[in-house]
Amino acid sequence: MPLRLLKYAWKKSEDEPRFFPEEKPLKTSYDVVIIGGGGHGMACAYYLAKEHGITNVAVLEQGYIGGGNTGRNTTIVRSNYLTSEGVKFYDESLKLFEDLSTDFDLNIFYSTRGHFTLAHTDSAMRTMRWRAEVNKHHGIDSEVVDVDTIQKEVPYMDMSCNGQHPVMGALYHAPGSVARHDAVAWGYARGAQMRGVEIHQKTKVSDIKTKSGKVVGVQTDRGFIEANSVVSMVAGSTPRITEMLEIETPIEIFPLQACVTEPVKPFMDTIVVSGSLHVYVSQSSRGELVMGASVDPAELHSTRSTLDFVEGLTDQMMDLFPFTSRLKIMRQWAGMSDITPDFAPIMGKTDVDGFYLDAGWGTWGFKATPISGKTMAYTVANDRPHELIKPFSLDRYANFELVGEKGAASVGH
Amino acid sequence: MMRRLSPQPLEWINRSQSVTFVFEGEEIKGFDGDVISSALWAQGHKVLGRSFKYHRRRGLLSFANHDINVMLQTADTPNVRGDVVQPEQGQTYKAVNTFGSLAQDKGALVEWISKFLPVGFYYKAFYSPKFLFPKWERLIREMAGLGTVDTSWGERRQPKRYRHCDVAVIGAGPSGMAAAIAAAKQGVDVCLIDENPYIGGSLDYQYANEEALEVTRDDLKTTIAEMDNIQVITSAFVAGFYGDNWLAVNSQQGLIKLSAQSVVVATGVFEQPAVFRNNDLPGVMNASAAQRLMARYAVAPCKEAVVLTANPEGYRAALDLIKNGVVVKAILDTGCGENSWSVPVKQAGIPVFENAAIIEAKGRKALQGVVYAVNGVQQSLDCDGLLMSVGWAPAGAPLYQAGSKFAYNAILEQLLPQELPQGVFACGRINGVFEIVDQIKDGQQAGMAAALAVQDKSVPDFTDYTATRAHSHSYPIWQHPKGKEFIDFDEDIQIKDLKGAIAQGFDNIELMKRFSTIGMGPSQGKHSNMNGIRLLAKLTGKSIDQTGSTTARPMFHPTEVSHLAGMRFRPERLTPMHAFHQQAKAKFMEAGVWLRPEYYATESSREASIAAEVAAVRNAVGLIDVSTLGKLEVFGRDSAELMDRLYTMRMSNMAVGASRYALMVDDSGVVIDDGVAVRYSDEHFYVTTTTSTSDSAYRMIQKKVIEWGLKVTVLNRTGQIGAMNLAGPNSRQLLSQLTDLDLSNEAFPYLAMRQAKVCGVDATFIRVGFVGELGYEIHVSAQDAEHVWQQIMLLGESFAIKPFGVEAQRQLRLEKGHIIVGQDTDGLTNPFEANMPWAVHFKKTYFLGKPSLVRLKTLQKRILVGFELLSAAADDMPLESNLIIDDGEMVGRVTSIGRSATLQKVIGLAMVELACSQVDSELTIKLSDGRMVSAKVVKTPFYDPQGLLQKPQESALGGAA
Repeated sequence: MPLRLLKYAWKKSEDEPRFFPEEKPLKTSYDVVIIGGGGHGMACAYYLAKEHGITNVAVLEQGYIGGGNTGRNTTIVRSNYLTSEGVKFYDESLKLFEDLSTDFDLNIFYSTRGHFTLAHTDSAMRTMRWRAEVNKHHGIDSEVVDVDTIQKEVPYMDMSCNGQHPVMGALYHAPGSVARHDAVAWGYARGAQMRGVEIHQKTKVSDIKTKSGKVVGVQTDRGFIEANSVVSMVAGSTPRITEMLEIETPIEIFPLQACVTEPVKPFMDTIVVSGSLHVYVSQSSRGELVMGASVDPAELHSTRSTLDFVEGLTDQMMDLFPFTSRLKIMRQWAGMSDITPDFAPIMGKTDVDGFYLDAGWGTWGFKATPISGKTMAYTVANDRPHELIKPFSLDRYANFELVGEKGAASVGH
Repeated sequence: MMRRLSPQPLEWINRSQSVTFVFEGEEIKGFDGDVISSALWAQGHKVLGRSFKYHRRRGLLSFANHDINVMLQTADTPNVRGDVVQPEQGQTYKAVNTFGSLAQDKGALVEWISKFLPVGFYYKAFYSPKFLFPKWERLIREMAGLGTVDTSWGERRQPKRYRHCDVAVIGAGPSGMAAAIAAAKQGVDVCLIDENPYIGGSLDYQYANEEALEVTRDDLKTTIAEMDNIQVITSAFVAGFYGDNWLAVNSQQGLIKLSAQSVVVATGVFEQPAVFRNNDLPGVMNASAAQRLMARYAVAPCKEAVVLTANPEGYRAALDLIKNGVVVKAILDTGCGENSWSVPVKQAGIPVFENAAIIEAKGRKALQGVVYAVNGVQQSLDCDGLLMSVGWAPAGAPLYQAGSKFAYNAILEQLLPQELPQGVFACGRINGVFEIVDQIKDGQQAGMAAALAVQDKSVPDFTDYTATRAHSHSYPIWQHPKGKEFIDFDEDIQIKDLKGAIAQGFDNIELMKRFSTIGMGPSQGKHSNMNGIRLLAKLTGKSIDQTGSTTARPMFHPTEVSHLAGMRFRPERLTPMHAFHQQAKAKFMEAGVWLRPEYYATESSREASIAAEVAAVRNAVGLIDVSTLGKLEVFGRDSAELMDRLYTMRMSNMAVGASRYALMVDDSGVVIDDGVAVRYSDEHFYVTTTTSTSDSAYRMIQKKVIEWGLKVTVLNRTGQIGAMNLAGPNSRQLLSQLTDLDLSNEAFPYLAMRQAKVCGVDATFIRVGFVGELGYEIHVSAQDAEHVWQQIMLLGESFAIKPFGVEAQRQLRLEKGHIIVGQDTDGLTNPFEANMPWAVHFKKTYFLGKPSLVRLKTLQKRILVGFELLSAAADDMPLESNLIIDDGEMVGRVTSIGRSATLQKVIGLAMVELACSQVDSELTIKLSDGRMVSAKVVKTPFYDPQGLLQKPQESALGGAA
C-alpha cells in the first residue's frame, strides 16, 4: 500500500482540492488568451505561469478539457524521428514526460514499454536504418534489430505475417512509452490553474479582432475579451481559427481513428507498429488493446467512425497476432488530424502580430504535448521563437524549407 | 436446489434435449436453448461472477445481453457472456478475473482496503519513488483486465456477407414487428433484426402472461412469417450505424454489412437499476431480468420476492412472480401505486407500500432481506429476491450514431430522440411509447413512413403516442451513510466515487466519465450512464439536458475481431511469365502487390547467382520481366497538353516514334515517379510508371484531367500488357531473328520506339538503356507475353542468354548511376537534388510542380553524387542509409551501395550537402556500429560514362542485323 493512499482512511475524495475551478465569468481582458483546452493549450498555460510568471491567462475551450485529440490518441510517446529537427524536439518532450508525474503530483502512468516499428520491405528497412542512424547520431536509444531479436521480445508475434509481407526487421526504440493521455491534460490544467490561470470550458471563439495588423482580442460566445497575445492550439479545428485572420496554412484535415478491445489480463508489454500493415497496438494498464491505423484516405472535418477502419485494422492485426481473433472490439472513435505536407508541425509567430500558432499536429501531437507547451510559452513570453521550434515556422512553406518527417510520422505513432 | 418452473407459454428452452457443461468445476445440466446464466440460476447458483475491482459476488442484474459481471473463460475464448451465450455440450467454463476460484476469490481482499482506493486513486500514488512505478504498474495491470488470452490460440475468421434492403428495422419487439409489417405492406424489402434468438421482445417477456395480447402476438408473428418480403435476422445486433445507413449487423454466423435505404430504430429501452446500499447482492435484479428468466427459460428468480417499483411495470412483474408460485412479500412503490396492474396485485393480497424508499439490501453471499422506509419509518423484510423496476434509458446508440440528438422529457423522466436524420425513424419505447397498443401504432406509422421515404412519397404527419405518465423515477438513487451503492457494475463505481470526481472538478459528463471510468466497461454504460447523468445533474444543480450525455460510439455490444476482420484477402499479382520464373528457380520478392524474381538461384549462392546474371547482361544478353511497371495509355485531343503538364520534360514536341524519360514531381517539386513515355501518334501516348506508383499515379492523373478540364482519356493498362527488357551486347542479334523490324541504328536509333511483330504477335519496342547496354524494352499483350518470353529464351540459348532479376538490375543501373525513385530520393528530393536538372524544362508555361521548382533551383542545398569506397574490406561495407559525417555533423547519407562485379569496386550513390559534392571530395561514412570508413566522390556513370555501349556502332556488333 503506497503511503500516499493512507490518508483516504479518514479523508473523503470529495474533500480533495478541485483540479479545475468552478465556472466563473470571463474577465474583460487577459494578457494571453489560449484557444484550445487540450494538452497543448494546458501545457502552454502551465509553462507561461510556471516559467515566465505570466498568469493573467485564459484558456478557452469550446468543449471540455482534453476532449479533442488529447483524449482520442493512442497515447504513444517516442522520439525516434527522421530529421534532426524532429529528433531534438521530440527527445526534449520525452524527457519532460518522464518527470511529469512528480511535477504534477499526479500519476500520468508514464510507462516505458519499448517500441518496435516493423519493416516488411527492403525500402522500409532502409527507412528504419536511416532513422536509427539519425537517432543514434543525436544520442537517442534507437537501433535496427533483426527478426530473432524481435521474436525474443515479442514471442507471440507471427513473424511470417501469415505468409505474406513477413517481418524483415524493426526499428527498436527502448524509451518508447505510453501514458494516460487525459491525466496529462488534467495535470497541466491543475498546475496552471493553481498558478492563477483561468480555464473556461464550453467557451467558443467566434472571431479574433485585429487593429493595424495586431491582435487586440477575441470574440467568444460569452462576450469579447481584450488580449494582445492569442495562441491557437486547436489541432483539427485550426482552419476554423486561421481563417478568422485570413492566414493561409497548408493544413488538411484527415480523420484518424482508433479502437479498443474488451479488457484482458496483461500479455503485451511492448508497443508494436507496422506501417505496411497499418497497425499499431499497445495494451493499456486497464487491459484493453489500444489500436490504430493510418489516417483515413480522404479529407473530412468529422469525428464519425467508419466500418472500413475497424474491418481493415482487425484483419491486418491478425497477420501479426492471430490469437487476437478471439477478442472483441469494444469501442471505436475518431479524431481530426491536422496534417501538413511535410508531416512536421507548424509552430511559432505568424504575420499577424500577437497571434501565435501551434498546429499541424497530424498524428503526432500527444507525444509533443510537454515540449510544445514549453516552447510555445517561451515564444509567447519573449515574442520570439524558441530555438527548438524555429525549423517549424509557418513561413517555411513559402521559403521551401520543409522538414521531411513523412518517413517517421505518417503511420508510426 | 432447482429453480426450473413448469413450462411457460413462450419458453425458449427445449426440455427434450439437455446440455451438460462444467462451471467452476461443477457439472451443470441445462436445456437446449438455455444461456449459461439461466442454466446456472436454474441449478440454484446465485453467485455467477465477481466484480471488476472489489471482487464482490455478483449474480444476474439486467439479463439483457449486457451483464458484464457474468463473464466466463473457456480454454479457447476469453470474456464469454453468460447472459448471451448458450452453453456448449461438455464445455468447461470458469469465471474471469478471479484469483483462486469464484467461491474463494483472493481478489476480494481489495475490498478490505477499499477505503484507501478512492475514485482515481491510481492518479494519486505509485509514481514516487519513480523506480517503483513499474512494479506497481505491473500489479495494477494484473488486477485489471477480465479474461485471459492464450497467445498460442490460432486465427479465427468468419466470412462476411453483404445485404441490401429497402427498410431495416432494428429491434423486433412489438413496435419493431409492427413497423416491419407496415413497411412490407407497402411492397418494399424489409430486414427485421433482433439480438435475441426469437422475435417478440418485451411483448414476450414483459407481457408473457397477458392473455388479452395473445391474439395480437400471434397476428404479428404469423404475418411476419408469411410475408416474403420480410427477412428476419435474429441473434444479431447492429454493432454500428455508420454513414449512409450502413449497418454492421453482427450475427453469430458473422458480420452482415447491411445497406438500407431507410432505417427504423425500435431498440427499446434498457431497464436501469436502483442505486442503494448493496444493490449488487446476488438476488437483487431488474424486474425485466426476472421476467426474462421466467418467460424465456422457465427459471424462478427467487422464492420470496420484494418488488421495488416506480412504475406500472413493477406490478406486472409481481403478477408474473405470483403466477409462477413465487411469494411476493411486498411491493415497495416509490410513489402512489395506482395503475391497471396494481388492482390485481392488491387483490392477490400483496402488501403495497406507497411512498417507499429503499435503504439497503442485506445478505452475506446473496440477498437475505431488505431494509426500507415507508413514510420515513424504517422497516425490513426477509427475501431472497429483490426486483427493481425504477425506470428506463433509451437503447439509443444507433440513433446517436446516425446523428440524432436526445432531449429529456420531464413527464416521462426519460430521454427521447429529437430531429431524426433523413431516412431514420424511431418507434416504441425508445420513443417514449409504453402502452402495447400504442407501441404497435407507433411502429406502424414509423414502418409506413420508412417505406414511403424509400418510394420518394411524402410521409404523413406522425401521431404522438408518447406516454403521459412517468415510467422512470427521476432520481432512483438512495445514498447510505455506509456506502456500497453501486452505479456502474462493470467498473464497481459507487455514489461516493462520482461525488468525489465531481467535487474535484470533473463536473462535465465527459470528464466525469474519464476520471471515474463510468460507462467505460464492456457494457459501455447501458445500465449506468443514466444514473450517472442524474447524479451529476443533481449535484451541479443543472437540468438533464444541460448535463448532456456521453457519445454512444460503435460497438453497440463488443464485437468479435474474427467477425469484423472477415476472411483474409491479400491479393497478389503475378506476371504472365510467373510459371517460367518458378521453373527457372526464381527467388521471389514482394514488390507492392506483385511478386518479382529477385534473382534466379542458378549458382551456389545468392551473390554468385546475381553476379552471373550481371555478367550475362554485360557480356552476352539478359532478359528481365518488367511487366510490373505501371502502364498508362493516354489519348485524345489534349493528350500532348496533359503529358506536358504532368511531366517535367516537354512531351508535346516529342516526335511520333520517339521515347523520352518521364519524371514527375508533386506540387512541392518533390520527385514522385519516373518512367518512359512514347508517342504513338499526335494524340496518343503511352507511359510507364514505377511498379509501386501505378495505381496512385493513375488516380492522381485522372483527378488532374478533371481538374484541368482536358479532353483526354487515360487508361490503366498495367495488367493488360506484359513487358520485358532484353539487354546486352547480343540483344540486337538475338532479337533480329524474332522480328522483321529493322533494328539497325539508322532505322531504330537509341531512345526510339517502334511497333512491329515479335514472335508473330504485335509489340511495342523501346530502345532504352536503364542497365547501360544495348537494350530493347518489349511490350506485348499479357496473353502473348509468356510466349514471347519463351521464344526469346529458347533462341537466346545460343547467345548465352540468362534471365535476370531485380537485384541484378539494381546493380547494373547503379553502375550507370541511374536513380530508383523512393530509394535514391526521399520525401523532399527535387530533380535538382537528384542531379537531373536536364529533366526539368522550365520553358514550358506550366507543369505540375513548376512554381515550386523555380524557387527550389535557387535554394539547392544537397545533391545526389556517386562515390566509391576507398577501402574494400568486406566488414567495412556500409549499408544503405548509413550517414555521411563531416566534422561531427551529418552531411548526407548513402542511398544506394553495391559491390560492382564489373568494376571490381564498391560504388554507391549518396545524397550529400553541396559543400562536399565535388568530384574527389572525401566522404566519411559512419557504419552502423559507429566505425568510420572513407569514400570519395566520383563522376557518374561509373560504367561506360560516354554511353557507347547502349548505342553501339554497327561495326562494334560484328555487322549484326
